Amino acid sequence: MDNEWPLWEVFIRSKQGLDHKHAGSLHAADAQMAIENARDVYTRRMEGVSIWVVESKNIHASNPDEAASFYEPANDKPYRHPTFYDLPDEVRHM
Amino acid sequence: MQNEEQIFLEKIDQEIKIEPRDWMPDAYRKTLIRQMSQHAHSEIVGMLPEGAWITRAPTLKRKAILIAKVQDEAGHGLYLYAGTETLNIGREEMIDQLLTGKAKYSSIFNYPTLTWADIGAIGWLVDGAAIMNQVPLCRCSFGPYSRAMIRICKEESFHQRQGFDILLTLSRGSNAQREMAQDAINRWWWPSVMMFGPNDDNSPHSAQSMAWKIKRFSNDELRQKFIDMCADQAKVLELTLPDKKLQWNEKRKHYDFGEINWHEFWNVVNGHGPCNKERMAARISAHENGAWVREAADAHAKKRRAREQQVA
Repeated sequence: MDNEWPLWEVFIRSKQGLDHKHAGSLHAADAQMAIENARDVYTRRMEGVSIWVVESKNIHASNPDEAASFYEPANDKPYRHPTFYDLPDEVRHM
Repeated sequence: MQNEEQIFLEKIDQEIKIEPRDWMPDAYRKTLIRQMSQHAHSEIVGMLPEGAWITRAPTLKRKAILIAKVQDEAGHGLYLYAGTETLNIGREEMIDQLLTGKAKYSSIFNYPTLTWADIGAIGWLVDGAAIMNQVPLCRCSFGPYSRAMIRICKEESFHQRQGFDILLTLSRGSNAQREMAQDAINRWWWPSVMMFGPNDDNSPHSAQSMAWKIKRFSNDELRQKFIDMCADQAKVLELTLPDKKLQWNEKRKHYDFGEINWHEFWNVVNGHGPCNKERMAARISAHENGAWVREAADAHAKKRRAREQQVA
């Protein structure tokens, strides 16, 4: 297993003005090779105008087992959404 | 606290996808590793029968299309390998399982491609059957598998169409071309029908896979859909499917069809098809003869890293 090239996560901007989005992963010896492989694997049909690669070991993720408590603080704040507020019918453009 | 299995089953029930770091039963993980890696191997081995015709394609246009298709198969294999790795199995371990014969790949690729028309028949029938299998997998309960399948299905439909296009051209050509197209269909039809696997009452893992929503339709349901679809498309080609019992059943609203030769199916699965040895030899040779490329890339990357560190 020592010879296995490291794993990279691939992020692709599908067109100018949009965010880079996770497309998948691949193995490559280094970043340049990862970008070239990502072009061949994930953009054969013009799916991208820009590619980011990040070595998978450098990605830190939240723990799915703690999701309930982790996201709980946002759960009881409905007043952050515009629909929380009842406005008189005659109010326009708000 | 709710137990983990309960949470898992509730997610499945509510059509919430399972993601790699979520808790999942060992058997679910194992089933997916087996199915996804074998799917990946099939894409990779599937390049071989078609690759054999790249140098012999009849026109430059057909050659360019075939190269693009074979390159897609490589890509599909890579999406699926990457998806499978999220289940905690290494790429090398999977490749090793393929090369030692521990893991299977789709038996269809153990049949030879004898003429150019076979490339048409593979696109129309083999890719047609694959699409029939793969479309429901887009809704598979495991997120990475589902996402890989969505990408694959988007790309795969050109594969089926280019195959049909090859056969249509041959069918409307000279007598010899017509005969070549018919001969290819005669050879590829039954192996394609077998691609859906054993009959439902003979497919022990199916029920569990359906309960886990890895599978959405049974083998026989998908097979029937495929046969119905092809029976109608063959009429457009003005060619026939080699099954004397193939007949529309007005009551069932499906085509009836003849007996499948399961002896042949199991024979090929168990390694005795026409090309099993040749396919494995080709993969092993590609892996071994490519070793120096992998090592060289590694050495190059190390050298470049060392150089960058020196500058810094």
